[in-house]
Amino acid sequence: MKTASTMARAIFVSALLVVAAPQIAKAETDCLSCHADKSMQDASGHSLAVDGGKFGASIHGVLKCGDCHSTIKDYPHPDKIEPVKCAACHADQAEALAGSVHSDGKEHPCTSCHGDAHSIFPKADPRSAVYPLNVPRTCGACHGSDAMARKHGLPNVYPLYMDSIHGFALSEEGLLVAANCQSCHGSHTILSHKDKQSTTYKTNIPNTCGSCHAGITTDYENGVHGKAIAAGHLGAPVCSDCHTAHAIEQPTADAFRMQSTPICGNCHKDKFSTYRDTFHSQLSSLGGYVETARCWDCHGAHEILPASDPRSPVAPANLVKTCGRCHAGANASFVQYQPHANARNRKLNPALYFIRLFMNLLLAGTLTFFVIHTILWLIRSRYDQIKRRSAKGVKND
Amino acid sequence: MTDLEQAADGSKQQGTAKGRFFMRFTRAQRYLHASLFTTFLGLAATGLPMRFSESTWARRIASGVGGFGAIIFFHKLCAVVLTLAFLIHVKDLFTRAFIHREKGIFWGSTSMVANWKDAKDLFGHLRWFLGLGPRPKFGRYAYWEKFDYWAVFWGMIVIGFSGYAMWFAPFFARFLPGWALNAVLVIHSEEGLLAILFIFSIHFVNTHLRPDSFPMDMVVFTGVESEEEFKHKRPQEYEKLAAQGKLEARLGEPPAVWLTNFSRVVGTIAILIGLLLLVLTLSAYLRE
Repeated sequence: MKTASTMARAIFVSALLVVAAPQIAKAETDCLSCHADKSMQDASGHSLAVDGGKFGASIHGVLKCGDCHSTIKDYPHPDKIEPVKCAACHADQAEALAGSVHSDGKEHPCTSCHGDAHSIFPKADPRSAVYPLNVPRTCGACHGSDAMARKHGLPNVYPLYMDSIHGFALSEEGLLVAANCQSCHGSHTILSHKDKQSTTYKTNIPNTCGSCHAGITTDYENGVHGKAIAAGHLGAPVCSDCHTAHAIEQPTADAFRMQSTPICGNCHKDKFSTYRDTFHSQLSSLGGYVETARCWDCHGAHEILPASDPRSPVAPANLVKTCGRCHAGANASFVQYQPHANARNRKLNPALYFIRLFMNLLLAGTLTFFVIHTILWLIRSRYDQIKRRSAKGVKND
Repeated sequence: MTDLEQAADGSKQQGTAKGRFFMRFTRAQRYLHASLFTTFLGLAATGLPMRFSESTWARRIASGVGGFGAIIFFHKLCAVVLTLAFLIHVKDLFTRAFIHREKGIFWGSTSMVANWKDAKDLFGHLRWFLGLGPRPKFGRYAYWEKFDYWAVFWGMIVIGFSGYAMWFAPFFARFLPGWALNAVLVIHSEEGLLAILFIFSIHFVNTHLRPDSFPMDMVVFTGVESEEEFKHKRPQEYEKLAAQGKLEARLGEPPAVWLTNFSRVVGTIAILIGLLLLVLTLSAYLRE
């Protein structure tokens, strides 16, 4: 269908070139005799000027004005004319757009993204508004404003994206393969992330990211989170739950490591709480010490497996190796250490529970006795001091 | 000749306009206390941020000194210095008791070991607080001073051992069971917390801030105290020395002005840091 329509368009354009070539120059000259005037405006101040040179160089440069502005037959033409219907040629794109989140755009739906109608270039051309390196700026024209964000309840994603690892790769390194808006959201077919057909619908996200990160996605699908998603448990995390959608950071970088444990803690609240009781957490909370063990240093990041799986890094047989990555000399006794021990739970950790209880009683008992002792002493010795000084006739202070 | 008489020897003065001063602590004991309280403040200032690593002030302190790496470095440095001071003290006790065969280290009125009189003094003191009896006549070391000493002694062993067990965990795991590695952190942090709360509230008030010593007892810095203080705070020892005619042997030089001023500045800073840490600790502890 698509191929057929592309073919038809190619034939139509070629036919125009062959049959209508002499007339193009004439038609353009006729229209441009007015519209070349750069100051030409309509009643609302909208420019009506056309740069003939630029238009000629654009992808539509072979067309006559009347091919798009088909309602204009004679001169002079009415002030108010019908908007150009790009769908006449681009039927597939128009159809896709009609079903997308952008279908209700008040502006012309095509030029909002493709730019000035008289200077449209193919997307591989750096002059195009939809050239990969230009896409974020094009989308950001709307999705980079707080007003727009408030109006539609959408986050202001443009600055987040530009600071992300994808945005950095695109804007600083000029990488054409770096993910831009369109790589994840599509172009004409953009759907809300709530729509099951959307590339950003929760269960589709691993596939979407996997179109570039294929290896990681395979790992993820083998892990517990990927299996849970595949089984329809929507509470399990996909890529964007841990990495975010737009503010993606380099996960091996210090900045991400330093603030990363709460990400897992969002769901694994009990494990996060017991982790925070340990030395690992104390180290990681205080900053500047990025090496300390965080969740995935032990559990893995994408191919997370339960301890009962012999391939898991936290399977009993693998602990000496896993702990030994940081703790040189770790032995079988060393790895009996419980990184998630709960000293408040008598059933799970009885020894630890009673040690903590004893230490707390010792602390409370000692302090209670001495606080009472000291307060009584203070009162009594101040009283005694005043009495002694009065007896000696010294003024009390 | 006892250690204090030795320390007093050569600096005897028959009193000045300020009155007579008597030796209470030897130079070695004062240095021991100085190294003890400086390293203890260091350990508390670096240990508390680890204990309360979730609180804002802990993170601020940590980032102020360069993050966790710096915190743990200072903590270990202070720990090693304190361990050395402790070992020197134990070696000194051993030498005095078993090599020089000095009397009165393990028992008697000048010993740190608790005895029956301490129990009687404790109850007598409590009765005096309530106005039910006379103030007990304390000897050289009163029961609460002995408690301070043994609390630190026991704390040093417990906190030190658990600290080194974490520092060298793979080594200690060769002869400790795995759960002990969990236990040492609980023990270390709870005992450390007890030591900090005790020293910065009870010891500060009992020894320095109570009306008899306010704002601070200088004797541990200067080594000497005035005759009036000696007589009032430790009447039993004073009267015993007077009766034996040994009072003069304990006479010391009045403290030099620079030493008093220096000690006052150092002591005030130490007490202020301690009180600040106490407030931070209590605020974080009560919020847990």
